[in-house]
Amino acid sequence: MIALLRRDIKLAIRAGGGFGLGLAFFLILVVLVPFGVGPNSDILARIAPGILWVGALLSCLLSLDRIFQLDYEDGTLDLLATAPLPLEAAASLKALSHWLTTGLPLTVAAPFLGVLLSMPSEATLWLVISLALGTPALSMLGTFGAALTVGLKRGGLLVSLLVLPLYMPTLIFGAEAVRRGAEGLPTSSALLFLAAITAGCTALLPFASAAALRMNLR
Amino acid sequence: MKFGVENLSCRRGDVTVLTGVSFDVAAGEALILRAPNGAGKTTLLRCLAGLTPPVSGRVKFSTDDVAYAAHADGLKSQLSVEENLQFWADIFGTRDIMPAVVAFELADLLTRRAQDLSAGQKRRLSLSRLMLTGRMIWALDEPTVSLDAENVARFSAAVIGHLAQGGSAIMATHIDLGLPSARTLDISPFRAILQDTPSDDPFLDEALQ
Repeated sequence: MIALLRRDIKLAIRAGGGFGLGLAFFLILVVLVPFGVGPNSDILARIAPGILWVGALLSCLLSLDRIFQLDYEDGTLDLLATAPLPLEAAASLKALSHWLTTGLPLTVAAPFLGVLLSMPSEATLWLVISLALGTPALSMLGTFGAALTVGLKRGGLLVSLLVLPLYMPTLIFGAEAVRRGAEGLPTSSALLFLAAITAGCTALLPFASAAALRMNLR
Repeated sequence: MKFGVENLSCRRGDVTVLTGVSFDVAAGEALILRAPNGAGKTTLLRCLAGLTPPVSGRVKFSTDDVAYAAHADGLKSQLSVEENLQFWADIFGTRDIMPAVVAFELADLLTRRAQDLSAGQKRRLSLSRLMLTGRMIWALDEPTVSLDAENVARFSAAVIGHLAQGGSAIMATHIDLGLPSARTLDISPFRAILQDTPSDDPFLDEALQ
């Protein structure tokens, strides 16, 4: 099982793997916002949690279509489906490697980008916590979307349409936790919801992803 | 390992391609599928590998014993030959990749990236994967495509070695591999005459219900 995880991370980091693409997109998005909104630091500080969360969400989307599509095209997915590793485990590992190469770097980079949006320093801790709790759900949901559309030409666009509405609860509770943190209000209820969404996605979606893959491979 | 099917019907997409396929293959025996293009060789092999569940009929073996090799090589072009082989060895729980390397003479290529290999070399690498699976039934779809005569002989030797260890094989191929214990099966008589009309509504699909 570790072999699949190691291979996927290796593939993501090597040339053409798309590691860093999401991170660069995140950076550019955050840099662009002050140009659009203007340099007023009060306004920027107010919208910073939302912008950072939406940015993280969109950067996650960028690499979703690679999760299964490349393996499908070169025939590896067929071979994986006949391997002793259950497809449910393969789907979980793919989601985990997606998170390790997109969600985790985003979480680490977010505090630094928060500075660009003059986000209050009290909010930084909550931003990191909420992203760490929420981004695994984004990877799980994204893997499910990718499994549904594997084999479709230009499936990447469809994945975005399928997955973005599913991202909404994560976005709402994630941004809410940071906003509350910035204003000094209790954040625990929003964070608990975020954790619950991630836990539910992690427990259930690998089965849905594997079923979708089986349908698409036949 | 002996295996067989009884009255098997398989489909590809919405279309039932083959019906009433029955055969038995003994341990140490190879079955060569011969039929014109589009007769359903790939469909049958995918069904045997467990990728598409049969429409009806019985498979008299576990699909967990089948090692499947498809048209596509299933290689990761950014990884080296060794990394590709090691990945599949780890997935199938095999420790040593050297028997596969020796059988297909990949030793000189181990550090080369798969994207820098020729089509024939990719094919050799892809076929050598079979030896890492440790599975007793090989289901091979056009295994000798883009192999030269020398490497076809290497491949034949690998298959003969596999059969000698009590394994068995079923393969779709158009060339004579010179296997001593091979039987030929023409699957064109099993072609389904009555073809399902493809439905546009995925919720009518029985597989979803």
